[in-house]
Amino acid sequence: MVNRSNEPFLWALFSAGGVVAAFFLPVLLFLYGLAFPLGWLNPPSYQETLELVQHPLARLILFLICSLSLFHWAHRFRFTVDDGLQLKHLDKLIAICCYGAAIVGTIAAGYLLWDFS
Amino acid sequence: MVQGFPKALEQEMKTSPAYRQYHPKWYRTKVSTYWWSHQWPYLKFMLRELSSVPVAFFVVIILLQLWSLREGSESYLEFQQWLKKPILIILNGLSFVFVLFHTITWFNLAPKAMVIRWRGKRVPDLLISSPNYLAWLVISGLMILLLTRQG
Repeated sequence: MVNRSNEPFLWALFSAGGVVAAFFLPVLLFLYGLAFPLGWLNPPSYQETLELVQHPLARLILFLICSLSLFHWAHRFRFTVDDGLQLKHLDKLIAICCYGAAIVGTIAAGYLLWDFS
Repeated sequence: MVQGFPKALEQEMKTSPAYRQYHPKWYRTKVSTYWWSHQWPYLKFMLRELSSVPVAFFVVIILLQLWSLREGSESYLEFQQWLKKPILIILNGLSFVFVLFHTITWFNLAPKAMVIRWRGKRVPDLLISSPNYLAWLVISGLMILLLTRQG
């Protein structure tokens, strides 16, 4: 049996997550983390937010942001821990924890966003 | 000059193409665990890699917010109040700086990861990274329009 590496697949997820995070996270973090709590800008009401999130396109985008960004984190964090702390001999365990957390987060996002009424 | 490789090396290349595991018999200079902290380029690299932690942190915030939205108006407003706590403002502010760093380094890296040639010449880096920046500004502007209300 050929020992195929799943590195390209994980790298593709990492890369897609990097793109999504780069485009969407700064503005969302700015609005919900700083501008709304500090009163610089006015947030949408509960009802308006609910209507926005009920739109299928919004839910798809939110799902992709959550899931892909987590896989982006998992891949980067895995190698940062491997090399930055010289723990390459624990790579398998670290990889399981990182991608495992990303999978859990993806399931959580899917569960939360699937049925929104 | 056909017989370039010594036999042993040739054998090695045939049998172990994968990453070489640690081998106790070989001499290796010890590298400090904090090798990345001694020089700015390495430190910058490490900070860029660590920007993934605030990325994951904010995804958790998004998930919690969606959870509270599902629970109803009361829990959603409670969550908005929770985001006003000083510790959350500090964490989110710090995360914002890191996420911006991620965006900028990501777009600047794009031309290096994706070399495009046109009429035999390499397309300049700026021509690849600037559409990314433009799209980023458009997306950010649209999100602000979509999500903010007049006071």
